[in-house]
Amino acid sequence: MTNAMHGRHKLAFTVLAWIVAVLVFFPILWTVLTSFKTEGAAVAIPPKFLFFDWTTENYAEVWQRTDYLRHFGNSVLISLGSCLIGLCAAIPAAWAMAFSPTRHTRFVLLWMLSTKMLPAVGVLVPIYLLFKRSGLLDSRTGLVLVLMLSNLPIMVWMLFTYFKEIPRDILEAARMDGATPGRELLHILAPMALPGIASTLLLNVILAWNESFWTLNLTAADTALLTAFIAAFLAPEGLFYAKLSAASTLAIAPIVVLGWLSQRQLVRGLTFGAVK
Amino acid sequence: MSSIALKKVSKSFGAQAVIADLDLEIEAGELIVFVGPSGCGKSTLLRLIAGLEAVSSGQLLIGGRDATHLAPARRGLSMVFQSYALYPHMSVRDNIAFPLKMAGRDRARIQDKVGEVARILNLQDYLDRKPRELSGGQRQRVAIGRAIVREPIAFLFDEPLSNLDAALRVKMRLEIAELHRQLGTTMIYVTHDQVEAMTLAERIVVLNAGRVEQVGCPLELYRRPATLFVAGFIGSPRMNLLGGAEAARHAAATIGIRPEHVLLSTTQGRWQGQVGLVEHLGSDTFVHAEVADVGTITARASGDLQVKYGDSLWLTPQLDCLHRFDEYGRAIR
Repeated sequence: MTNAMHGRHKLAFTVLAWIVAVLVFFPILWTVLTSFKTEGAAVAIPPKFLFFDWTTENYAEVWQRTDYLRHFGNSVLISLGSCLIGLCAAIPAAWAMAFSPTRHTRFVLLWMLSTKMLPAVGVLVPIYLLFKRSGLLDSRTGLVLVLMLSNLPIMVWMLFTYFKEIPRDILEAARMDGATPGRELLHILAPMALPGIASTLLLNVILAWNESFWTLNLTAADTALLTAFIAAFLAPEGLFYAKLSAASTLAIAPIVVLGWLSQRQLVRGLTFGAVK
Repeated sequence: MSSIALKKVSKSFGAQAVIADLDLEIEAGELIVFVGPSGCGKSTLLRLIAGLEAVSSGQLLIGGRDATHLAPARRGLSMVFQSYALYPHMSVRDNIAFPLKMAGRDRARIQDKVGEVARILNLQDYLDRKPRELSGGQRQRVAIGRAIVREPIAFLFDEPLSNLDAALRVKMRLEIAELHRQLGTTMIYVTHDQVEAMTLAERIVVLNAGRVEQVGCPLELYRRPATLFVAGFIGSPRMNLLGGAEAARHAAATIGIRPEHVLLSTTQGRWQGQVGLVEHLGSDTFVHAEVADVGTITARASGDLQVKYGDSLWLTPQLDCLHRFDEYGRAIR
């Protein structure tokens, strides 16, 4: 009886999980399918799901009309760069908060996270003006800086959660063994927290890669990332859904592949500390 | 070798005082054990000596030098943690070599030293393994190896055996005692287990609520407990402690009598009791008897004694072995 009930529950949850997964994945699937349609088929009513004339001409045209590789390069450079620099600040910060907490540590963490709750548009004008005055508009340095700062709270939070799981004894043992704080960080904490640091890096690269608000508002031609590359196909000449889809597919493909390859690491990173 | 002295050392966490005005002299080369119930401050005291906690007030001298505010690494002490605290990502070899690497010793010297320590602790076959591939006892040995490799002024042991099973605990206890004999280095050992304290220590410091109750060699504490707390804490099974009219007859607030100082008879004696629980240990038998108006009295008898639950027995305390305590719990001598 209980076994049968257990089985039914399991089945219900599996079906539910699949429905949610399909709902989440459907827009991406639709975009990929549309990218292989002709412009006519892309706007056909009723919509065509799989039975249409498959074509790759959208990709050819997108490739011809734009410089995909430059955008791709910018995306890699800026998302990875912002995350690596962010880690350099986030690791010592999380280390200090995890192992030498004060009464205010919780508050500082919450306060840091609260900056993520502020709509970015709220600070667009001051940041735009700051960037303009300091000559950072449309520069890689500027974008790296803004993306690093906007993801820093999440990095500190994730690393803090990881570091909390590392037994204090081990760091104290290193201290007794004569390790200076720098060597303690380098020889003990960093290697032990490597999976955590890796998933933090991974998640934040994805966040930075997908970030469009700042990249669209603070860049023009020179440093435009793949998000700007997609936006370029929301062209003034009218809507070309198939080409827009092809551009989108090209833009998200690298990060989807990266996410797929590292999904175990990512799931572990996101659930760390929640289950033991 | 070096002596360690604590002078009026206090430690508070916020408003809560954990150690209050503690004075203690630890002789060079001795094996001293801090013992007490959990929360008595014994681990905090060790961490103060190690430098892992900051002293709130008072002074700490190591080898006559003021070390009150010295960083842990510069005190020249080694510590073995309850959890072993091995570096999980390093091999046994690297774990043992770590303190030497941090001290900037050259590679050849480190290799020699690690080899020597591995030999002392029988770890030669495990040098390339990771800590997770070792048993509890082996991990403990690696932790000890890491502590002895740098030839410290003193070893600090923080309940090092409490994660081991009973048989291994006895074995490791002997190994630690043997190591102390071999190295002759000062050892400070923290435990809540009074048997461990009695068997290992040259001197025992009994702590209770952040204060030293008594310092002395194991038999001195056993035979002449200075306080009621020490009387009850040292010895297993614990001393029988009686108040009320029985104590008043001896002009004390409380009297204590050890189980081996209670004589049993089937015909006559001081108190008549009914046998409750009987523990047969083979060599000894512990009889817990219920005496009207007095309470439960534990007596040690020979292993051959044949008694069972519900039997009637006479119990007689040996008066020359009676301990008397005043209303403040201090021994009346």
